[in-house]
Amino acid sequence: MSLNEEVELLRRIPLFAKIEPSKLKLLAFTSERLTFPTGSTLFRQGDPGDAAYIIISGDADIIVETPSGPLKVAQLHGNDFVGEIAILCDVPRTATVQAASPLTTLRISKDLFFRLVTEFPQMAIEIMRVLAQRLERTTADWRAVAEKLKQTT
Amino acid sequence: MEHSLYKFIIKYSLRQQIILTVLSVASFIPYYYFLDIPKAIVNKGISSKGVTYPVDIAGLGLFQLDKVGYLLWLCGVFLFLVLVQQAFKYAINVYQGISGERMLRRMRYELYSRVMRFPLPTFKKMSQGEIIPMITAEVEPLGGFIAESFALPIFQGGMLLVTFAFLMVQNWMMGLAGVALYPLQFYFIPKLQRKVNALGKERVKGARRLADRIGETISGVQEVHAHHGSHRLRAEFARRLGAIYWVRYEIYQRKFVIKFINNFIQQLGPFFFYAIGGYLVIQGSLDVGTIVAAVAAQKEMGGPWKELLTHYQAREDARIKYEQIIAQFAPEGMRPPEQQLLEPEQIPNLNGDIVLSNVSFTDDHGTSVVDGVTVTLPNPGSTAVVGGMGRDELLLLIARLLDPSRGKIMIGGADIAEMPEAITGRRTTFIGASSYMFNSTIADNLLFGLRQRPLKLRDYDGAEKRRFDRETGEALASGNSAEDPAADWTDYAAAGVDGPDGLTAATLKALATASFDDDVYQLGLRGVIDPARDPELAARIMEARQAFRARLDDPAVAALVEIWDRARYNDNATVAENLLFGTPVGDKFDLERIASNKYMLSVLDKVGLKDRFLAIGYDVAKTMVELFADLPPDHEFFQQFSFISSDDLPEFKDILARTSPDKFAQISDADRGRLMSLPFKLIPARHRLGHLDADFKALVIKAREVFAADLPADLKGAVAFFDPEQYTRAANLLDNILFGKVGYGQAQAAERVGMLTADVIRDLDLRPTITQVGLNYEVGIGGSRLSSAQRQKLAIARAALKRPDILLLSEATATLDAATQTRIMDSLFEAFQGKGIIWSLHRAAQAERFDRILVIADGRLVEQGKFAELNRDGTEFHKLLART
Repeated sequence: MSLNEEVELLRRIPLFAKIEPSKLKLLAFTSERLTFPTGSTLFRQGDPGDAAYIIISGDADIIVETPSGPLKVAQLHGNDFVGEIAILCDVPRTATVQAASPLTTLRISKDLFFRLVTEFPQMAIEIMRVLAQRLERTTADWRAVAEKLKQTT
Repeated sequence: MEHSLYKFIIKYSLRQQIILTVLSVASFIPYYYFLDIPKAIVNKGISSKGVTYPVDIAGLGLFQLDKVGYLLWLCGVFLFLVLVQQAFKYAINVYQGISGERMLRRMRYELYSRVMRFPLPTFKKMSQGEIIPMITAEVEPLGGFIAESFALPIFQGGMLLVTFAFLMVQNWMMGLAGVALYPLQFYFIPKLQRKVNALGKERVKGARRLADRIGETISGVQEVHAHHGSHRLRAEFARRLGAIYWVRYEIYQRKFVIKFINNFIQQLGPFFFYAIGGYLVIQGSLDVGTIVAAVAAQKEMGGPWKELLTHYQAREDARIKYEQIIAQFAPEGMRPPEQQLLEPEQIPNLNGDIVLSNVSFTDDHGTSVVDGVTVTLPNPGSTAVVGGMGRDELLLLIARLLDPSRGKIMIGGADIAEMPEAITGRRTTFIGASSYMFNSTIADNLLFGLRQRPLKLRDYDGAEKRRFDRETGEALASGNSAEDPAADWTDYAAAGVDGPDGLTAATLKALATASFDDDVYQLGLRGVIDPARDPELAARIMEARQAFRARLDDPAVAALVEIWDRARYNDNATVAENLLFGTPVGDKFDLERIASNKYMLSVLDKVGLKDRFLAIGYDVAKTMVELFADLPPDHEFFQQFSFISSDDLPEFKDILARTSPDKFAQISDADRGRLMSLPFKLIPARHRLGHLDADFKALVIKAREVFAADLPADLKGAVAFFDPEQYTRAANLLDNILFGKVGYGQAQAAERVGMLTADVIRDLDLRPTITQVGLNYEVGIGGSRLSSAQRQKLAIARAALKRPDILLLSEATATLDAATQTRIMDSLFEAFQGKGIIWSLHRAAQAERFDRILVIADGRLVEQGKFAELNRDGTEFHKLLART
């Protein structure tokens, strides 16, 4: 896949949808494309966060370590963005991400990510929007769970 | 060294001085005849005054010469005398040069030896920048002076006397008049000269300060950059240069005044001759010829007289300089030479308790850094020193690197102050918080602690032996060390081994003790060897290459390394590497120059790649300008990612504006060159710019063949081609094992490749061999190519290899991480079991395992005892523990 195709791919990701193509090209050029064989991990829960990943192709599982053993909480597919929380908030990884099939990703290092965010305010706004949406969705989920809990008790 | 220059000269060069003097005086004889012969040629040869022909030369009737023959004979004698006279001059000059050089060598050697005997605190006041010019530049003129110190005044004085005598014979009044003013000169000139000499000294000091400043700037260059201090430093430097300028200015003024007066007095002679002599001629009591002769003779005298005066001034100068240097090189508390020169046959072990009685140390400000410490330390045994100021000095005192101002330190009943360094330097080792490494290999630095004297002499024969003997003789003639640095100095017995073979194992063990083994192994992996000199190692690395290759057959790891294959394009390598299909040796084909290499360009042209390169270069430039144009020039992306530096970007912008693919036919050579240089750096797997299609790659493979086949003879050495069956000579060990490029885009590729190679190396038991290669790593000036942690580990490994009886560590591991600190402490305790360890610790908590703990506060010993005894409420130690 060439740089131009990667740029096309990045544009399909909501986070980057509104960023000019030339900036996306820089992002693609300066980030590393990494492939993971099935079963290998992108990162582990508790590790320090050093990079975020964009899934180019393949699937990955998000696994949370619980006292009763690992629990798969979600699956990632092409165009998904993962690992940004740890680099944004400087907290350890909140979950483990594992390749569920041969996986191709674009790895954006922490430095690069911050540089892009500070240099291109549109990107920061986009990230805020995505995070806000996620928060809204989580709140809704949480409300639903609370409702359910209330009904069962 | 003697306190006065003349004593020094007489003591060490009396013989040379006598020979030189005799030679000088002897040269008067041909000189006299030389002066006489022109007269003979004119009067006898040409004018035939009082000559009857034929002339019988030898008086035996054998050589009968007619008029022309006699003239030629006399001219021949003239030529012969010229030769003899010049031969004398030659002999005197050469011999003078040699004697001066020997004395200079002796002086430098002595000064250097003294520097090594200076007490350590001296170096707080005296910097390298001051010491170095004294030994190198300032003593230089002394050598020249010494060589002529006796011969010159005798020679010139003799000449003066001869001429004076001649003058006296002509007319005694004239003779006296000629020298009448000499006392005046002799009185005034030195007086004036004294001030100039003082200024000269000032200038030397100024130059020394300048050197000192330059040295400091170089040492602190990082600080200069970090604080933008260059501005101020330049200003300061300018002032220092100014100071020298003004001194010089004054010197010039005075110097030329002296010259003025000198010449004036000199010309007073003729003045008197003409005035008085002229008067006498008018009066009729003197003839004109005498005045002319007197003036001529006075002129003759002028030369030697001037030389004598100059010599007198130089002597004053040399004397002062010598005394000044000697004073500088005799600081208070300097160790006597015997302490370093004595090499007892038996080196006693330093076993037995270390007893300090009332030991104090006062620094140069008069502060008591160590104050009345009286204590007995167990030896063998371990002692921790914790607390505040004075810990470091206490250890330095026990290691005898500092001398106590008061008190005594005994080890096993012997006073260490009495011991030669041969004992203390072998039986104790001090490691401070930062250790210095010499600019050599790791191995040399490791063995520094084992090389105290030559143990196995090197055998020389033939021409080498003659050269060696000559050098030895010369060294002895200058009072230098005649020992051979190329002999084997390594004390294998001290390391507990039989010889070089055993040393390898001991070295590896010492590296492990200091946790330095992995660093050296890694350096070894990146080390380059010469397969011609070490075919065995090269063969083993080739084995590793095959084994590694076999591992890559596993599809799970196959993509980690892309192996070099002559028939295939390597996507993980640069275009340049693909074209060369080898490693550049030297700089002919390195990445920055390859694009301008004429041969490379001719190869590209031959396979029809030239236009493709231009087109791709144009595209790459366009992409780079597009990507990076908006970034500020100092953005680190340029360095990390761009093919074009920020400085060059505008230029490429212009090139792009000037040309376009349809105008390539008219492009200028310079623009073409710039654009064509870009594709060489492309790595398809990394840059993903999509320029390199199958067609291009096929052409590159073709170019690769052409390149190798037509390589001109003068470039044969500039590239080491890849060959799966051959060790690549310019590439490092790791690259030789991999024989390929680590694949881009593979998760954790570097770690996984590292693990694979580690497996291969373990299977083949190559690790010790690779570590040995790492031992040949050059550490750079002051060890600067190692990290500070690595330097400390090297210092610890050096101590572990030397196995002293007493190991002293002053926060030696403080720069290392906590885990490594603990590991090193464990291994040192194991390695030094049954010996003495004294460790000054920053963190009191680390003191638990020690037999004895000393708590120092403000240079005083406030508590001592075992950990359990001290670890209770109310003790200083408890407070220290709580603090960490």
